[in-house]
Amino acid sequence: MLDVLIALAPVAAMGVYVFGWYAVKQIGVCVLSCLAAEAIFTAMRRRRATLGDLSAVVTGAILAFSLPATCPIYVAVIASFAAIGLGKVVFGGLGGNVFNPAMVGRAFAMLAFTKQLAAQAYVDAGAGVHALTQATPLTAHEAGGPVASLADLFWGTTNGCVGETSAIACLVGGLYLCLRRTASWELPAAAIATVAVIAGGINLANPAAEWTVLHHLLGGALLLGAFFIITDPVSTPLTRKGKLLYGVGFGALVMLIRTLSNYPEGVMFSVLLMNAVTPLINRWTIPAPLGGRQASG
Amino acid sequence: MSGSPSTRATAGLSRGVHPPDRKSPTAEAPIEVLPTPAKVLIPLLQHTGAPAAAQVKPKQDVELGELLAEPDGFISAGVHASVRGKTARASVATLPNGRHVAAVPITSADEQPLAGTALYADVLGGDWAADTANIEGRDPQDIADAVRDAGIVGLGGAAFPSHVKLARNDSKPIDTLLVNGCECEPYLTADHRIMVEAAPAVVAGARLAARANGAERIVIAIEDNKPAAVEAVRAACGERSRAACGERSRASGAAPGVTVAVLRTRYPQGGEKQAVQVALGREVPNGGLPLDVGVVVLNVGTSAAIARAVLRGKPLTHRVVTVTGAGVAEPKNLLVPVGTPYRALLDACGQLTRDAVRVVAGGPMMGFALGDLDTPVTKGTSGVVALTACDLPRPAQTACIRCGRCVDVCPMNLVPTKIATAARNRDWDLARRYEMLACIECGCCAYACPARIPLAQLIRMGKAELPRE
Repeated sequence: MLDVLIALAPVAAMGVYVFGWYAVKQIGVCVLSCLAAEAIFTAMRRRRATLGDLSAVVTGAILAFSLPATCPIYVAVIASFAAIGLGKVVFGGLGGNVFNPAMVGRAFAMLAFTKQLAAQAYVDAGAGVHALTQATPLTAHEAGGPVASLADLFWGTTNGCVGETSAIACLVGGLYLCLRRTASWELPAAAIATVAVIAGGINLANPAAEWTVLHHLLGGALLLGAFFIITDPVSTPLTRKGKLLYGVGFGALVMLIRTLSNYPEGVMFSVLLMNAVTPLINRWTIPAPLGGRQASG
Repeated sequence: MSGSPSTRATAGLSRGVHPPDRKSPTAEAPIEVLPTPAKVLIPLLQHTGAPAAAQVKPKQDVELGELLAEPDGFISAGVHASVRGKTARASVATLPNGRHVAAVPITSADEQPLAGTALYADVLGGDWAADTANIEGRDPQDIADAVRDAGIVGLGGAAFPSHVKLARNDSKPIDTLLVNGCECEPYLTADHRIMVEAAPAVVAGARLAARANGAERIVIAIEDNKPAAVEAVRAACGERSRAACGERSRASGAAPGVTVAVLRTRYPQGGEKQAVQVALGREVPNGGLPLDVGVVVLNVGTSAAIARAVLRGKPLTHRVVTVTGAGVAEPKNLLVPVGTPYRALLDACGQLTRDAVRVVAGGPMMGFALGDLDTPVTKGTSGVVALTACDLPRPAQTACIRCGRCVDVCPMNLVPTKIATAARNRDWDLARRYEMLACIECGCCAYACPARIPLAQLIRMGKAELPRE
């Protein structure tokens, strides 16, 4: 888990650089609330507190990264408690959860506080932070507005969730995770390749579009999701084949939601949907042992 | 094929793990002969198959090599007296794996027919080449019979009766004899020393075995962390192998060619199925035997024992055991009588150190922790490893986060975490679906698990508890 926190550091740094105190506040609130939730819920189950495994810190950080910088404190706190309580502890704690806890928390907040997490909520014209005065790139695109420059998407100087704006930060942290083998490279590789292929197809069908393959890859939460959210081992398949399948499914769902639904972005729903089919993928991808299956199997 | 052949590896296992090999304390230590122990306790079941049937009475004088119990059925092996002495009332020995088996105690006589250097010369030394001249003229059945009469079983650990592997099999013809000198378990050097000190015996035994079962070629697999063994075995194959390897000139009935396959060191490459996979490129069917793909696998020590049985008419009464680990004062390779208590081995190596906390029979990956140092050495015992507290870090076990490390390292391509969970919950349907019985219990999964879950132990218990269909 420490590796994950190290890998998340560049993402946090870019978040703070772009959103200033908004990001510091968001990360702090989420991490502390998740730790508190973990302590309270494990005490309720009369289990030894498992704060030392740092998994609550990771959940808090990911949750903070997936919320708008402008999100009110009470929403972040409630989302954190939902993440740890509904996402993890009810399933028996770390290792038992079916869904990614941070995404459960975010989904809960999104449904409970529609207004505070709607596209308009990202924009705070009165904020002293430049990024917050504009619509997020994907929202602008959805509305047929101006197309963000690739450089802005790459470095992250756009509006969006705290941790999603900077492609470079996600790439640096994500590659570190893959090199350390804390994350399985199969997941991000399959996810990103799938998005690239589908976006490429759309581009070919409509060559005049200003929103290119690279916009799809660098914009929104795709890289944050591909490197940090779907690589949560607990809620993803075990085998290489299963991981590749999961990555492809995730990428396809993201593109489906982005292009055909009313939502500008689909990472959260894609993660939760793929989490739900993970047990099924595990069943499909039981590897044949050396020497083949037993006849009875 | 000109110049001196390299000891560089040509192939290697891709999965598995690479633990520190810790072989250096005994790798250069010549095999020493253990002074005859005062007492031995000889179990009647030291092998896979049916227990041997006792043939001796209490208080009977027995000679070294005298038959104590004869094989009971085809898959069984006889047991011989490993010392001269007087038997006592039959008792029960608890083997390291927890099995209780009938055993014959023998109190050693003061005068032993073979001891010290004479014993060493009889088991491993002397000239083997002279005796091997006429192997092709020997009757295959005579060889298999001699091996059965000598009570030889696989000395690598599984202890499968060797004469079964030497029988000609018309329905499943054998084309290759694989002699397994991988010794991939950390710490152990018994096979290594046998190859270095008695390579001619290993090669002679392999030729005899191939003559018996009709194998057309012999491959000797050795890992590349044992260059001295590779050199010694290559030298023992010598001129003859190169002549026999000339494929074009090989007429029918000619001696099988012997080749040495050097493998990249990787655990558990010495596992039978892994060795066949890496050295020969064949996949042993799940639930099957190497025989199903035309292969018979013999450990190098077994091969040397076959040579001794056939050429010198001596039964299997002694074996080489590595006594090592940070918990023994003077690590050694010892030639010991079967039935010697582990305590006598440790005493011969300067006893356990003060900080020794655990004694493991076999290697650290697959061995069993001993509960009682009076447990006897059996034919399948390849080593004793005494571990200290520093060797056994016990960080608390945490929850499985399904990271999949166990899946990545499993040499059988299984999903250990699922099988272990199934075993823990006694969910036998799930265990079968994940092919629990294909597990070879190598321990790679437990070694690799960052949550310190004893996966291999859970699976081993599950396999023992699995209801028969």
